[in-house]
Amino acid sequence: MLILLGVAVIVAGFALRLNPLLVVVAAALTSGWFAGLSPLQVIAAFGKAFNENRYVSIAYLALPLVGVLERAGLRERAAAIIAGLKGVTAGRFLLSYMALRQVTAAVGLVAIAGQPQTVRPLIAPMAEAATEVHDGPPDLAARYAVRAMAAATDNVAVFFSEDVFIAMGSVLLMVGFLTSSAIVLDPIHISVWSIPTALAAFAIHGARLLLFDRRLARRLAPRTPGVIRP
Amino acid sequence: MIKLSAVYLLAGLMFAGFALFSAGDRANSKRFGNTAFWGLTALSFLAGDRLGDLGNGVLVLSLALLAGFGLLGRGQPATTTPDERMALAQRFGNRLFIPALMLPLVVALGVLVLKPIQFGGIALMDPKQATLISLAVAVIVGLVTALILLRQPPASPLQEGRRLADTIGWAVLLPQFLAALGAVFALAGVGAQIGHLVTTYLPVDTRFAAVTVYCVGMAAFTMLMGNAFAAFPVLTGGVAIPILVIHFGGNPAVIASIGMLSGFCGTLMTPLAANFNLVPPALLEIPDRYAVIKAQIPTALLMLIVNTVLMYVLAFQ
Repeated sequence: MLILLGVAVIVAGFALRLNPLLVVVAAALTSGWFAGLSPLQVIAAFGKAFNENRYVSIAYLALPLVGVLERAGLRERAAAIIAGLKGVTAGRFLLSYMALRQVTAAVGLVAIAGQPQTVRPLIAPMAEAATEVHDGPPDLAARYAVRAMAAATDNVAVFFSEDVFIAMGSVLLMVGFLTSSAIVLDPIHISVWSIPTALAAFAIHGARLLLFDRRLARRLAPRTPGVIRP
Repeated sequence: MIKLSAVYLLAGLMFAGFALFSAGDRANSKRFGNTAFWGLTALSFLAGDRLGDLGNGVLVLSLALLAGFGLLGRGQPATTTPDERMALAQRFGNRLFIPALMLPLVVALGVLVLKPIQFGGIALMDPKQATLISLAVAVIVGLVTALILLRQPPASPLQEGRRLADTIGWAVLLPQFLAALGAVFALAGVGAQIGHLVTTYLPVDTRFAAVTVYCVGMAAFTMLMGNAFAAFPVLTGGVAIPILVIHFGGNPAVIASIGMLSGFCGTLMTPLAANFNLVPPALLEIPDRYAVIKAQIPTALLMLIVNTVLMYVLAFQ
Protein backbone atom coordinates (compact mmCIF):
# COMPACT_ATOMS: atom_id res chain seq x y z
CA MET A 1 0.00 0.00 0.00
CA LEU A 2 2.73 2.46 0.96
CA ILE A 3 4.18 2.46 -2.55
CA LEU A 4 1.09 4.49 -3.48
CA LEU A 5 2.52 7.40 -1.47
CA GLY A 6 4.49 8.24 -4.64
CA VAL A 7 1.17 9.04 -6.33
CA ALA A 8 0.18 11.13 -3.29
CA VAL A 9 3.45 13.09 -3.61
CA ILE A 10 2.61 13.84 -7.25
CA VAL A 11 -0.93 14.97 -6.46
CA ALA A 12 0.17 17.16 -3.53
CA GLY A 13 3.18 18.59 -5.38
CA PHE A 14 1.15 19.54 -8.45
CA ALA A 15 -1.68 20.95 -6.31
CA LEU A 16 0.80 23.14 -4.41
CA ARG A 17 2.38 24.17 -7.73
CA LEU A 18 5.86 23.19 -6.63
CA ASN A 19 8.43 22.76 -9.40
CA PRO A 20 7.19 19.64 -11.25
CA LEU A 21 10.68 18.34 -12.08
CA LEU A 22 11.50 18.15 -8.36
CA VAL A 23 8.06 16.73 -7.55
CA VAL A 24 8.56 13.94 -10.10
CA VAL A 25 11.95 13.00 -8.66
CA ALA A 26 10.52 13.07 -5.11
CA ALA A 27 7.63 10.83 -6.17
CA ALA A 28 10.01 8.32 -7.76
CA LEU A 29 12.18 8.24 -4.61
CA THR A 30 9.10 7.78 -2.38
CA SER A 31 7.54 4.90 -4.30
CA GLY A 32 10.94 3.30 -4.86
CA TRP A 33 11.80 3.56 -1.15
CA PHE A 34 8.61 1.78 -0.07
CA ALA A 35 9.15 -0.85 -2.76
CA GLY A 36 12.47 -1.65 -1.07
CA LEU A 37 14.81 0.11 -3.50
CA SER A 38 17.71 2.23 -2.27
CA PRO A 39 17.84 5.89 -3.38
CA LEU A 40 20.81 5.07 -5.63
CA GLN A 41 18.88 2.24 -7.27
CA VAL A 42 15.92 4.56 -7.86
CA ILE A 43 18.16 7.26 -9.34
CA ALA A 44 19.81 4.71 -11.63
CA ALA A 45 16.41 3.33 -12.70
CA PHE A 46 15.15 6.86 -13.28
CA GLY A 47 18.25 7.76 -15.31
CA LYS A 48 17.93 4.63 -17.43
CA ALA A 49 14.25 5.32 -18.18
CA PHE A 50 14.98 9.01 -18.88
CA ASN A 51 17.60 7.96 -21.43
CA GLU A 52 15.29 5.40 -23.06
CA ASN A 53 12.51 7.98 -23.37
CA ARG A 54 14.51 10.68 -25.14
CA TYR A 55 12.27 10.30 -28.20
CA VAL A 56 9.53 12.06 -26.17
CA SER A 57 11.45 15.34 -26.57
CA ILE A 58 12.14 15.07 -30.32
CA ALA A 59 9.21 17.34 -31.24
CA TYR A 60 11.30 20.28 -29.93
CA LEU A 61 13.45 19.94 -33.05
CA ALA A 62 10.73 22.08 -34.63
CA LEU A 63 11.52 25.05 -32.32
CA PRO A 64 14.30 26.59 -34.48
CA LEU A 65 12.09 26.50 -37.59
CA VAL A 66 9.09 27.91 -35.73
CA GLY A 67 11.29 30.64 -34.22
CA VAL A 68 12.82 31.66 -37.54
CA LEU A 69 9.39 31.89 -39.16
CA GLU A 70 8.11 33.99 -36.26
CA ARG A 71 11.13 36.25 -36.66
CA ALA A 72 10.19 36.75 -40.31
CA GLY A 73 6.56 37.62 -39.48
CA LEU A 74 4.65 34.33 -39.91
CA ARG A 75 2.28 34.94 -36.99
CA GLU A 76 1.46 38.43 -38.28
CA ARG A 77 0.87 37.13 -41.81
CA ALA A 78 -1.38 34.31 -40.55
CA ALA A 79 -3.38 36.83 -38.51
CA ALA A 80 -3.67 39.15 -41.53
CA ILE A 81 -5.16 36.38 -43.65
CA ILE A 82 -7.80 35.70 -41.02
CA ALA A 83 -8.52 39.43 -40.77
CA GLY A 84 -9.37 39.41 -44.49
CA LEU A 85 -12.02 36.70 -44.15
CA LYS A 86 -15.71 37.47 -43.72
CA GLY A 87 -17.77 35.84 -41.00
CA VAL A 88 -14.83 34.16 -39.34
CA THR A 89 -14.86 33.69 -35.57
CA ALA A 90 -12.42 31.99 -33.21
CA GLY A 91 -14.83 29.09 -32.66
CA ARG A 92 -15.64 28.54 -36.34
CA PHE A 93 -11.97 28.76 -37.25
CA LEU A 94 -11.00 26.21 -34.58
CA LEU A 95 -13.88 23.99 -35.70
CA SER A 96 -12.44 23.88 -39.27
CA TYR A 97 -9.00 23.15 -37.85
CA MET A 98 -10.46 20.37 -35.75
CA ALA A 99 -12.11 18.76 -38.78
CA LEU A 100 -8.86 18.90 -40.74
CA ARG A 101 -6.85 17.55 -37.80
CA GLN A 102 -9.31 14.70 -37.17
CA VAL A 103 -9.34 13.61 -40.81
CA THR A 104 -5.54 13.69 -41.18
CA ALA A 105 -4.99 11.93 -37.83
CA ALA A 106 -7.46 9.24 -38.87
CA VAL A 107 -5.23 8.38 -41.83
CA GLY A 108 -2.12 8.26 -39.65
CA LEU A 109 -0.78 11.77 -40.20
CA VAL A 110 -0.64 12.77 -36.53
CA ALA A 111 2.86 14.25 -36.76
CA ILE A 112 2.05 16.82 -39.47
CA ALA A 113 0.73 19.24 -36.84
CA GLY A 114 1.01 19.75 -33.11
CA GLN A 115 1.46 22.20 -30.26
CA PRO A 116 4.94 23.54 -31.07
CA GLN A 117 4.81 23.23 -34.84
CA THR A 118 1.29 24.51 -35.67
CA VAL A 119 -0.64 25.76 -32.63
CA ARG A 120 1.98 28.31 -31.50
CA PRO A 121 2.94 29.82 -34.88
CA LEU A 122 -0.39 29.51 -36.74
CA ILE A 123 -3.52 28.30 -34.99
CA ALA A 124 -3.39 30.40 -31.81
CA PRO A 125 -2.57 33.71 -33.56
CA MET A 126 -5.19 33.01 -36.23
CA ALA A 127 -7.85 32.27 -33.61
CA GLU A 128 -6.89 35.46 -31.75
CA ALA A 129 -7.13 37.44 -35.00
CA ALA A 130 -10.55 35.96 -35.69
CA THR A 131 -11.76 37.15 -32.29
CA GLU A 132 -10.43 40.59 -33.04
CA VAL A 133 -12.19 40.75 -36.43
CA HIS A 134 -15.50 39.58 -35.04
CA ASP A 135 -15.66 41.10 -31.57
CA GLY A 136 -13.09 43.87 -31.48
CA PRO A 137 -9.77 43.83 -29.63
CA PRO A 138 -9.84 41.14 -26.94
CA ASP A 139 -8.60 41.90 -23.43
CA LEU A 140 -5.75 39.80 -22.05
CA ALA A 141 -8.02 37.30 -20.28
CA ALA A 142 -9.94 36.70 -23.52
CA ARG A 143 -6.66 36.24 -25.42
CA TYR A 144 -5.53 33.62 -22.90
CA ALA A 145 -8.90 31.86 -23.17
CA VAL A 146 -8.66 31.74 -26.98
CA ARG A 147 -5.09 30.40 -26.86
CA ALA A 148 -6.03 27.74 -24.31
CA MET A 149 -8.99 26.69 -26.48
CA ALA A 150 -6.72 26.47 -29.54
CA ALA A 151 -4.34 24.12 -27.68
CA ALA A 152 -7.26 22.10 -26.29
CA THR A 153 -8.80 21.70 -29.74
CA ASP A 154 -5.59 20.21 -31.14
CA ASN A 155 -5.43 17.69 -28.28
CA VAL A 156 -9.10 16.69 -28.46
CA ALA A 157 -8.98 16.25 -32.24
CA VAL A 158 -5.92 14.00 -32.15
CA PHE A 159 -6.83 11.91 -29.10
CA PHE A 160 -10.22 10.82 -30.36
CA SER A 161 -9.26 10.25 -34.01
CA GLU A 162 -5.81 8.68 -34.04
CA ASP A 163 -7.11 5.20 -33.20
CA VAL A 164 -9.08 5.17 -36.47
CA PHE A 165 -5.71 4.51 -38.13
CA ILE A 166 -4.92 0.81 -37.79
CA ALA A 167 -1.15 1.15 -37.50
CA MET A 168 -1.34 3.65 -34.62
CA GLY A 169 0.77 2.74 -31.59
CA SER A 170 -2.19 2.53 -29.23
CA VAL A 171 -4.12 0.24 -31.58
CA LEU A 172 -1.14 -2.10 -31.87
CA LEU A 173 -0.74 -2.01 -28.08
CA MET A 174 -4.36 -3.08 -27.64
CA VAL A 175 -4.03 -5.88 -30.20
CA GLY A 176 -0.81 -7.05 -28.56
CA PHE A 177 -2.31 -7.07 -25.09
CA LEU A 178 -5.45 -8.92 -26.21
CA THR A 179 -3.31 -11.48 -28.05
CA SER A 180 -1.34 -12.10 -24.88
CA SER A 181 -4.70 -12.72 -23.17
CA ALA A 182 -5.65 -15.33 -25.81
CA ILE A 183 -8.03 -13.01 -27.69
CA VAL A 184 -6.84 -12.77 -31.29
CA LEU A 185 -8.38 -10.12 -33.52
CA ASP A 186 -7.48 -7.96 -36.50
CA PRO A 187 -6.53 -4.33 -35.70
CA ILE A 188 -9.18 -3.15 -38.16
CA HIS A 189 -11.89 -4.07 -35.63
CA ILE A 190 -10.32 -1.87 -32.96
CA SER A 191 -10.11 0.98 -35.48
CA VAL A 192 -13.69 0.65 -36.70
CA TRP A 193 -15.08 0.77 -33.15
CA SER A 194 -13.23 3.98 -32.43
CA ILE A 195 -15.18 5.81 -35.16
CA PRO A 196 -18.35 6.48 -33.09
CA THR A 197 -16.22 8.21 -30.43
CA ALA A 198 -14.40 10.27 -33.09
CA LEU A 199 -17.74 11.52 -34.45
CA ALA A 200 -19.06 12.24 -30.95
CA ALA A 201 -15.89 14.21 -30.14
CA PHE A 202 -16.44 16.38 -33.21
CA ALA A 203 -20.06 17.03 -32.22
CA ILE A 204 -19.36 17.74 -28.55
CA HIS A 205 -16.19 19.79 -28.84
CA GLY A 206 -17.59 21.49 -31.96
CA ALA A 207 -20.69 22.57 -30.03
CA ARG A 208 -18.48 23.86 -27.24
CA LEU A 209 -16.49 25.90 -29.77
CA LEU A 210 -19.65 27.54 -31.09
CA LEU A 211 -20.78 28.29 -27.53
CA PHE A 212 -17.31 29.68 -26.87
CA ASP A 213 -17.93 32.18 -29.71
CA ARG A 214 -21.11 33.39 -28.06
CA ARG A 215 -19.37 33.78 -24.72
CA LEU A 216 -16.56 35.77 -26.35
CA ALA A 217 -19.04 37.97 -28.19
CA ARG A 218 -20.98 38.72 -25.01
CA ARG A 219 -17.81 39.41 -23.08
CA LEU A 220 -16.27 41.69 -25.67
CA ALA A 221 -19.47 43.42 -26.82
CA PRO A 222 -18.98 47.20 -26.95
CA ARG A 223 -20.62 48.88 -24.01
CA THR A 224 -22.88 51.46 -25.61
CA PRO A 225 -23.33 54.49 -23.36
CA GLY A 226 -26.80 54.66 -21.90
CA VAL A 227 -27.46 50.96 -22.23
CA ILE A 228 -27.35 49.25 -18.86
CA ARG A 229 -25.93 45.77 -19.00
CA PRO A 230 -26.43 43.26 -16.23
CA MET B 1 19.94 3.17 -42.86
CA ILE B 2 19.00 6.34 -41.00
CA LYS B 3 18.36 5.47 -37.37
CA LEU B 4 16.98 7.25 -34.34
CA SER B 5 20.55 7.85 -33.10
CA ALA B 6 21.03 10.34 -35.96
CA VAL B 7 17.97 12.25 -34.76
CA TYR B 8 19.35 12.27 -31.20
CA LEU B 9 22.65 13.63 -32.53
CA LEU B 10 20.78 16.46 -34.24
CA ALA B 11 18.77 17.22 -31.08
CA GLY B 12 21.96 17.13 -29.01
CA LEU B 13 23.66 19.62 -31.32
CA MET B 14 20.61 21.87 -31.16
CA PHE B 15 20.57 21.91 -27.34
CA ALA B 16 24.37 22.42 -27.30
CA GLY B 17 23.79 25.47 -29.51
CA PHE B 18 21.16 26.77 -27.07
CA ALA B 19 23.67 26.31 -24.22
CA LEU B 20 26.47 28.16 -26.04
CA PHE B 21 24.33 31.11 -27.06
CA SER B 22 22.84 31.25 -23.53
CA ALA B 23 26.33 31.65 -22.06
CA GLY B 24 26.89 34.82 -24.10
CA ASP B 25 23.50 36.37 -23.33
CA ARG B 26 24.31 39.22 -20.89
CA ALA B 27 20.69 40.34 -20.79
CA ASN B 28 19.85 37.18 -18.83
CA SER B 29 21.11 37.46 -15.24
CA LYS B 30 20.76 33.68 -14.82
CA ARG B 31 22.52 32.87 -18.08
CA PHE B 32 24.82 30.23 -16.58
CA GLY B 33 21.80 28.39 -15.19
CA ASN B 34 20.38 28.22 -18.71
CA THR B 35 23.76 27.17 -20.07
CA ALA B 36 23.96 24.34 -17.53
CA PHE B 37 20.38 23.20 -18.14
CA TRP B 38 20.56 23.12 -21.95
CA GLY B 39 24.15 21.83 -21.79
CA LEU B 40 23.12 18.83 -19.67
CA THR B 41 20.18 18.21 -22.01
CA ALA B 42 22.63 18.25 -24.92
CA LEU B 43 24.91 15.81 -23.07
CA SER B 44 21.96 13.45 -22.58
CA PHE B 45 21.15 13.43 -26.29
CA LEU B 46 24.78 13.21 -27.45
CA ALA B 47 26.18 10.73 -24.95
CA GLY B 48 23.26 9.30 -22.95
CA ASP B 49 24.04 5.75 -24.05
CA ARG B 50 27.60 6.01 -22.71
CA LEU B 51 26.85 7.58 -19.33
CA GLY B 52 25.55 4.44 -17.63
CA ASP B 53 22.32 4.26 -15.63
CA LEU B 54 23.66 6.00 -12.54
CA GLY B 55 25.39 8.63 -14.68
CA ASN B 56 22.10 9.39 -16.40
CA GLY B 57 20.40 9.43 -12.99
CA VAL B 58 22.84 12.04 -11.68
CA LEU B 59 22.33 14.07 -14.87
CA VAL B 60 18.54 14.00 -14.37
CA LEU B 61 18.88 14.91 -10.70
CA SER B 62 21.08 17.90 -11.63
CA LEU B 63 18.46 19.06 -14.16
CA ALA B 64 15.72 18.81 -11.51
CA LEU B 65 17.81 20.77 -8.98
CA LEU B 66 18.65 23.52 -11.51
CA ALA B 67 14.93 23.90 -12.26
CA GLY B 68 13.74 23.45 -8.69
CA PHE B 69 16.02 26.16 -7.29
CA GLY B 70 14.93 28.66 -9.92
CA LEU B 71 18.32 28.89 -11.60
CA LEU B 72 16.84 29.21 -15.09
CA GLY B 73 16.18 32.64 -16.51
CA ARG B 74 14.70 33.73 -19.81
CA GLY B 75 17.23 34.58 -22.51
CA GLN B 76 16.83 37.71 -24.61
CA PRO B 77 18.22 36.85 -28.03
CA ALA B 78 18.17 39.76 -30.48
CA THR B 79 15.05 39.24 -32.56
CA THR B 80 12.75 41.42 -34.67
CA THR B 81 10.38 43.92 -33.03
CA PRO B 82 6.60 43.65 -33.48
CA ASP B 83 6.68 46.57 -35.97
CA GLU B 84 9.47 44.95 -37.98
CA ARG B 85 7.48 41.72 -38.05
CA MET B 86 4.42 43.50 -39.43
CA ALA B 87 6.59 45.01 -42.17
CA LEU B 88 8.23 41.66 -42.92
CA ALA B 89 4.84 39.95 -43.01
CA GLN B 90 3.69 42.44 -45.65
CA ARG B 91 6.88 42.15 -47.65
CA PHE B 92 7.05 38.34 -47.71
CA GLY B 93 3.28 37.76 -47.90
CA ASN B 94 2.27 34.17 -48.46
CA ARG B 95 5.86 33.14 -49.15
CA LEU B 96 6.07 32.81 -45.36
CA PHE B 97 3.88 29.72 -45.53
CA ILE B 98 6.18 27.80 -47.88
CA PRO B 99 8.76 26.78 -45.21
CA ALA B 100 5.93 26.28 -42.71
CA LEU B 101 4.21 23.86 -45.08
CA MET B 102 7.46 21.95 -45.64
CA LEU B 103 6.98 20.46 -42.18
CA PRO B 104 3.69 18.59 -42.76
CA LEU B 105 4.55 17.87 -46.42
CA VAL B 106 7.92 16.28 -45.73
CA VAL B 107 6.58 14.35 -42.72
CA ALA B 108 3.75 12.97 -44.87
CA LEU B 109 6.18 12.22 -47.70
CA GLY B 110 8.53 10.46 -45.28
CA VAL B 111 5.85 8.33 -43.65
CA LEU B 112 3.94 7.48 -46.83
CA VAL B 113 6.62 7.34 -49.56
CA LEU B 114 10.15 7.16 -48.15
CA LYS B 115 9.49 4.67 -45.34
CA PRO B 116 9.03 1.63 -47.63
CA ILE B 117 12.06 2.46 -49.84
CA GLN B 118 14.88 -0.07 -49.70
CA PHE B 119 18.32 -0.17 -51.27
CA GLY B 120 19.58 -3.73 -51.78
CA GLY B 121 17.38 -5.00 -48.94
CA ILE B 122 18.39 -2.24 -46.53
CA ALA B 123 15.64 0.21 -45.64
CA LEU B 124 16.35 3.92 -46.16
CA MET B 125 15.18 4.62 -42.62
CA ASP B 126 14.44 2.52 -39.56
CA PRO B 127 10.76 1.71 -40.24
CA LYS B 128 9.86 1.75 -36.52
CA GLN B 129 11.14 5.30 -36.17
CA ALA B 130 9.98 6.64 -39.55
CA THR B 131 7.82 9.41 -38.04
CA LEU B 132 10.56 10.88 -35.83
CA ILE B 133 13.17 10.60 -38.58
CA SER B 134 10.79 12.23 -41.07
CA LEU B 135 10.14 15.05 -38.60
CA ALA B 136 13.89 15.70 -38.27
CA VAL B 137 14.34 15.70 -42.07
CA ALA B 138 11.30 17.97 -42.43
CA VAL B 139 12.75 20.48 -39.96
CA ILE B 140 16.04 20.61 -41.88
CA VAL B 141 14.26 21.08 -45.22
CA GLY B 142 12.01 23.75 -43.70
CA LEU B 143 14.96 25.60 -42.16
CA VAL B 144 17.03 25.60 -45.36
CA THR B 145 14.00 26.88 -47.27
CA ALA B 146 13.34 29.57 -44.66
CA LEU B 147 16.95 30.79 -44.52
CA ILE B 148 17.20 31.10 -48.31
CA LEU B 149 13.70 32.25 -49.20
CA LEU B 150 13.28 34.69 -46.31
CA ARG B 151 16.97 35.69 -46.07
CA GLN B 152 17.26 35.10 -42.35
CA PRO B 153 20.66 35.26 -40.60
CA PRO B 154 22.48 31.90 -40.29
CA ALA B 155 22.53 32.07 -36.47
CA SER B 156 18.79 32.70 -36.30
CA PRO B 157 17.65 29.03 -36.03
CA LEU B 158 19.64 28.53 -32.82
CA GLN B 159 18.90 31.99 -31.41
CA GLU B 160 15.18 31.82 -32.18
CA GLY B 161 14.99 28.19 -31.02
CA ARG B 162 16.65 29.25 -27.77
CA ARG B 163 14.13 32.07 -27.40
CA LEU B 164 11.25 29.56 -27.62
CA ALA B 165 12.99 26.96 -25.44
CA ASP B 166 13.52 29.59 -22.74
CA THR B 167 9.87 30.58 -23.06
CA ILE B 168 8.87 27.01 -22.19
CA GLY B 169 11.71 26.75 -19.64
CA TRP B 170 12.13 23.61 -17.51
CA ALA B 171 8.74 22.34 -18.77
CA VAL B 172 10.60 21.30 -21.96
CA LEU B 173 11.85 18.22 -20.13
CA LEU B 174 8.77 17.52 -18.00
CA PRO B 175 7.21 15.02 -20.44
CA GLN B 176 10.43 13.00 -20.49
CA PHE B 177 10.66 13.18 -16.66
CA LEU B 178 7.11 11.85 -16.39
CA ALA B 179 7.82 9.04 -18.83
CA ALA B 180 10.76 8.04 -16.63
CA LEU B 181 8.56 8.27 -13.53
CA GLY B 182 6.15 5.84 -15.21
CA ALA B 183 9.00 3.35 -15.52
CA VAL B 184 9.94 3.73 -11.83
CA PHE B 185 6.27 3.34 -10.82
CA ALA B 186 6.09 0.16 -12.90
CA LEU B 187 9.24 -1.14 -11.19
CA ALA B 188 7.76 -0.36 -7.76
CA GLY B 189 4.45 -2.03 -8.69
CA VAL B 190 2.26 1.07 -8.32
CA GLY B 191 0.01 0.19 -11.27
CA ALA B 192 -0.57 -3.37 -10.11
CA GLN B 193 -1.45 -2.09 -6.62
CA ILE B 194 -4.05 0.39 -7.91
CA GLY B 195 -5.49 -2.23 -10.27
CA HIS B 196 -5.81 -4.59 -7.32
CA LEU B 197 -7.70 -1.96 -5.31
CA VAL B 198 -10.07 -1.22 -8.20
CA THR B 199 -10.90 -4.85 -8.90
CA THR B 200 -11.27 -5.73 -5.21
CA TYR B 201 -13.39 -2.89 -3.95
CA LEU B 202 -15.54 -1.65 -6.84
CA PRO B 203 -18.89 -3.18 -7.81
CA VAL B 204 -18.83 -5.17 -11.03
CA ASP B 205 -21.86 -7.41 -10.53
CA THR B 206 -24.16 -5.87 -13.15
CA ARG B 207 -23.24 -5.24 -16.75
CA PHE B 208 -23.79 -1.50 -16.48
CA ALA B 209 -21.79 -1.20 -13.24
CA ALA B 210 -18.92 -3.17 -14.75
CA VAL B 211 -18.89 -1.01 -17.92
CA THR B 212 -18.90 2.14 -15.76
CA VAL B 213 -16.13 0.88 -13.48
CA TYR B 214 -13.97 0.04 -16.51
CA CYS B 215 -14.53 3.33 -18.39
CA VAL B 216 -14.34 5.66 -15.39
CA GLY B 217 -11.50 3.55 -13.97
CA MET B 218 -9.52 3.93 -17.21
CA ALA B 219 -9.96 7.72 -17.05
CA ALA B 220 -9.12 8.00 -13.33
CA PHE B 221 -6.17 5.61 -13.50
CA THR B 222 -4.84 7.46 -16.55
CA MET B 223 -5.05 10.71 -14.60
CA LEU B 224 -2.91 9.21 -11.83
CA MET B 225 -0.38 7.57 -14.16
CA GLY B 226 -0.39 10.32 -16.80
CA ASN B 227 -0.70 7.79 -19.59
CA ALA B 228 -3.55 5.64 -20.88
CA PHE B 229 -1.05 3.05 -22.08
CA ALA B 230 -0.05 2.38 -18.45
CA ALA B 231 -3.66 2.06 -17.33
CA PHE B 232 -4.83 -0.15 -20.21
CA PRO B 233 -3.13 -3.46 -19.36
CA VAL B 234 -3.97 -3.21 -15.65
CA LEU B 235 -7.70 -2.49 -15.98
CA THR B 236 -8.27 -4.51 -19.16
CA GLY B 237 -6.59 -7.52 -17.57
CA GLY B 238 -8.31 -6.89 -14.23
CA VAL B 239 -11.85 -5.86 -15.21
CA ALA B 240 -12.53 -5.89 -18.94
CA ILE B 241 -11.41 -9.36 -19.97
CA PRO B 242 -12.56 -11.44 -16.96
CA ILE B 243 -15.82 -9.61 -16.36
CA LEU B 244 -16.96 -7.76 -19.49
CA VAL B 245 -15.69 -10.23 -22.11
CA ILE B 246 -15.73 -13.64 -20.40
CA HIS B 247 -18.55 -13.25 -17.85
CA PHE B 248 -20.93 -10.94 -19.75
CA GLY B 249 -19.90 -12.04 -23.27
CA GLY B 250 -19.00 -8.57 -24.60
CA ASN B 251 -17.23 -7.90 -27.90
CA PRO B 252 -13.51 -7.50 -27.05
CA ALA B 253 -12.80 -5.16 -29.99
CA VAL B 254 -15.48 -2.69 -28.86
CA ILE B 255 -14.46 -2.95 -25.21
CA ALA B 256 -10.72 -2.47 -25.79
CA SER B 257 -11.21 0.32 -28.30
CA ILE B 258 -13.64 2.39 -26.24
CA GLY B 259 -11.78 1.54 -23.03
CA MET B 260 -8.61 3.12 -24.40
CA LEU B 261 -10.58 6.16 -25.58
CA SER B 262 -12.01 6.51 -22.05
CA GLY B 263 -8.42 6.57 -20.84
CA PHE B 264 -7.74 9.43 -23.27
CA CYS B 265 -10.52 11.40 -21.50
CA GLY B 266 -8.32 11.11 -18.41
CA THR B 267 -5.25 12.24 -20.38
CA LEU B 268 -7.06 15.49 -21.19
CA MET B 269 -7.59 16.20 -17.48
CA THR B 270 -4.22 15.43 -15.88
CA PRO B 271 -1.13 17.63 -15.44
CA LEU B 272 0.89 14.42 -15.68
CA ALA B 273 0.31 14.38 -19.46
CA ALA B 274 2.65 17.35 -19.61
CA ASN B 275 3.44 17.49 -23.32
CA PHE B 276 -0.26 17.92 -24.12
CA ASN B 277 -1.41 19.88 -21.08
CA LEU B 278 1.43 21.83 -19.43
CA VAL B 279 3.87 22.56 -22.26
CA PRO B 280 1.22 24.36 -24.41
CA PRO B 281 0.38 27.06 -21.80
CA ALA B 282 4.12 27.77 -21.48
CA LEU B 283 4.50 27.77 -25.25
CA LEU B 284 1.51 30.10 -25.72
CA GLU B 285 2.61 32.37 -22.85
CA ILE B 286 -0.54 31.86 -20.78
CA PRO B 287 0.23 32.60 -17.10
CA ASP B 288 -2.13 29.93 -15.69
CA ARG B 289 -0.24 26.64 -15.85
CA TYR B 290 -3.52 24.70 -15.88
CA ALA B 291 -5.41 26.84 -18.45
CA VAL B 292 -5.41 24.16 -21.17
CA ILE B 293 -6.59 21.44 -18.77
CA LYS B 294 -9.43 23.71 -17.63
CA ALA B 295 -10.45 24.28 -21.27
CA GLN B 296 -10.46 20.51 -21.84
CA ILE B 297 -12.33 19.28 -18.74
CA PRO B 298 -15.92 19.84 -20.05
CA THR B 299 -15.17 18.02 -23.32
CA ALA B 300 -13.36 15.23 -21.46
CA LEU B 301 -16.21 14.62 -18.98
CA LEU B 302 -18.89 14.63 -21.68
CA MET B 303 -16.78 12.28 -23.82
CA LEU B 304 -16.38 9.95 -20.83
CA ILE B 305 -20.16 9.71 -20.50
CA VAL B 306 -20.49 9.18 -24.25
CA ASN B 307 -17.85 6.43 -24.20
CA THR B 308 -19.51 4.64 -21.29
CA VAL B 309 -22.89 4.69 -23.04
CA LEU B 310 -21.36 3.66 -26.40
CA MET B 311 -19.61 0.69 -24.82
CA TYR B 312 -22.78 -0.39 -23.01
CA VAL B 313 -24.82 -0.15 -26.21
CA LEU B 314 -22.32 -1.47 -28.78
CA ALA B 315 -20.44 -4.22 -26.94
CA PHE B 316 -23.31 -6.53 -26.07
CA GLN B 317 -25.34 -6.80 -29.30
